[in-house]
Amino acid sequence: MKTLLEQYATIVGSEVIDHLKQLANPLKGMKIIHINSTKEGGGVAEILNRLIPLKRELGIDAEWEVIGGNSEFYQCTKKMHNALQGNREEISGKLYKAYEDINLQNYERLRFRLEEASIVFIHDPQPAALLHYCSGRKGKWLWRCHIDVSHPFRPVWKYLRNYVEGYDASIWSLADFVQPLSHPLYLIPPSIDPLSEKNLELTNEEISGFLDAWHIDRNIPIITQVSRFDRFKDPIGVIQAFKLIRKYTPVQLVLAGGGATDDPEGKQVLSEVLEFAGNDPDIHILELPPDAHRSINALQRGSDIVIQKSLREGFGLTVTEALWKGKPVIAGHTGGIRLQVINHYNGFLVNTPEGTALRVRYLLKHPDIIELMGKRAHQVVLDNFLITRHLQEYLTLVLALIYGSEDRIEIKMQAHA
Amino acid sequence: MDTSFNIMDCALIAIATGEKAQNLRELRDYLKHTHRGCLYYHFWGGLLRQHSSDTEFQNDFANWAHRSLHDARVAEQLSLIDPNIFKDLESLRRELIEVIEQRLYETEYIPWARPGNEFQFTRSQTVVFDTGIKIEHPEQFKDILPNLTLSSIFYHCIDARRRTDEIKSDFIVWLAGFGEQYAELINLLDQIDPYFTTLSELRQEISYVFNLYFKNGG
Repeated sequence: MKTLLEQYATIVGSEVIDHLKQLANPLKGMKIIHINSTKEGGGVAEILNRLIPLKRELGIDAEWEVIGGNSEFYQCTKKMHNALQGNREEISGKLYKAYEDINLQNYERLRFRLEEASIVFIHDPQPAALLHYCSGRKGKWLWRCHIDVSHPFRPVWKYLRNYVEGYDASIWSLADFVQPLSHPLYLIPPSIDPLSEKNLELTNEEISGFLDAWHIDRNIPIITQVSRFDRFKDPIGVIQAFKLIRKYTPVQLVLAGGGATDDPEGKQVLSEVLEFAGNDPDIHILELPPDAHRSINALQRGSDIVIQKSLREGFGLTVTEALWKGKPVIAGHTGGIRLQVINHYNGFLVNTPEGTALRVRYLLKHPDIIELMGKRAHQVVLDNFLITRHLQEYLTLVLALIYGSEDRIEIKMQAHA
Repeated sequence: MDTSFNIMDCALIAIATGEKAQNLRELRDYLKHTHRGCLYYHFWGGLLRQHSSDTEFQNDFANWAHRSLHDARVAEQLSLIDPNIFKDLESLRRELIEVIEQRLYETEYIPWARPGNEFQFTRSQTVVFDTGIKIEHPEQFKDILPNLTLSSIFYHCIDARRRTDEIKSDFIVWLAGFGEQYAELINLLDQIDPYFTTLSELRQEISYVFNLYFKNGG
């Protein structure tokens, strides 16, 4: 059976894996620990699930620990998360106290390992206060922020900043998301895993099976937007674009998103979308469970064009997934989408439903361009947004932290003692 | 004395400085003082960020002027600054500021970017390491070059111009150590313009030259 590195080599090429091995060489045996707040669900857990075994295969003594909490702690961190993304969330002193207590408890549980580790990656705000308690630390500590903190609700950011200022460095997904801090602010975009259920190759039969089950006709062009039902994703704007397109050419629209279980605004948006779509048989609105990775994979692969008409976006990993599947993406000119969709090269950046309709009509009229843009789309992700690039940047960052803060660091390849 | 050529490789990591320019005047003002590593990143870093290799302009300043300021004139002027001909980053900084000041002098209004489209100053750290591969004879490059990583090509062909007194690639500097023996090969390599190309294309061009030279008997 192939090792993980061998499996990735078949996708990214052996020279990329050799490069990773050489970067990891001086880090062999080094204890690196990642801490986050959930073992399953969410992008962070997805990435760590794969990064840790990859690091171990490279000879690094990598570990992953999950902090536990109680309901008050999670209430606090949920509010914190929303506040950092700009929502006005008042957090009571009681909830802040729960945040601090839980961090202290987890510190006591993990104390030995945290103090001994050469490098500690703390993911997101939930475990950020661990550093405050770890006075006996020996290694370097990094705070990895996966969320957009460009316009935070200031009182909450001010509280959290007290904890994150003390880190040796922080890591951000985009320069747009950064808040000024007194330590180096590293930029590492997220990535997708080509071997995950969401992204692995599927057979035509399997793709057809999913589409048939949803009564989607493969003989009529399919345009798709995959995202939760959220106003910032502009699902109504997508339907408006669809109606403009259909005046000229046959087309089907699929809007696929997670079920709006405990999100009142999500329910409201979904009902508005259903009402606006009416009983149009060519509009398919799919509510899929959060773990429907294979279904989403099939839907993206079965589509002719993928849309992500966001008005505001974080990095936009659904865009990355669609590009990886060789689909041109027509997407809102916002956030991390601008890093991924190169206008007129692997898709189009748009600002309005009219712009979206225009670009879809153009592509449907030119299947050769769909194919060309699709090839480029796949290549852009292959070169830039796969987990191997993510790992390469983590390794480079660790080397940079260990070997000094100069612009240029020349290292001799010897195993870390 | 060891006269072999050591194949090196590098990896680059980006660091945000937190400086953000909203308009052309702010860009100039930040450029006067920003970390010189920003110049390196915004001129050369794009080559290692391969997704930007297909953009119309050759450096991040020109791209921003085009996409966010919508000032085609200054975008063209900034794009024509060839960073490879400057002996150091401070000379490059002076030229960049000069071009922008000229534009600010000509124009009746200050080109500005919408919120969210500011120029984000970024610098980089480069980790350089020896791959352990040694070349004893130039002909060995024929087989080695097609398998070199793009970052290794970057190090020996692009980055080298900042490191070597001759402002040439490491290959040329090494071959020059053999005296006149490889003068023709050096000449062929010297004709490759690395500016309007991707690293992948550059690797192909260099491989082609080595293959051609040694196919013809050296």
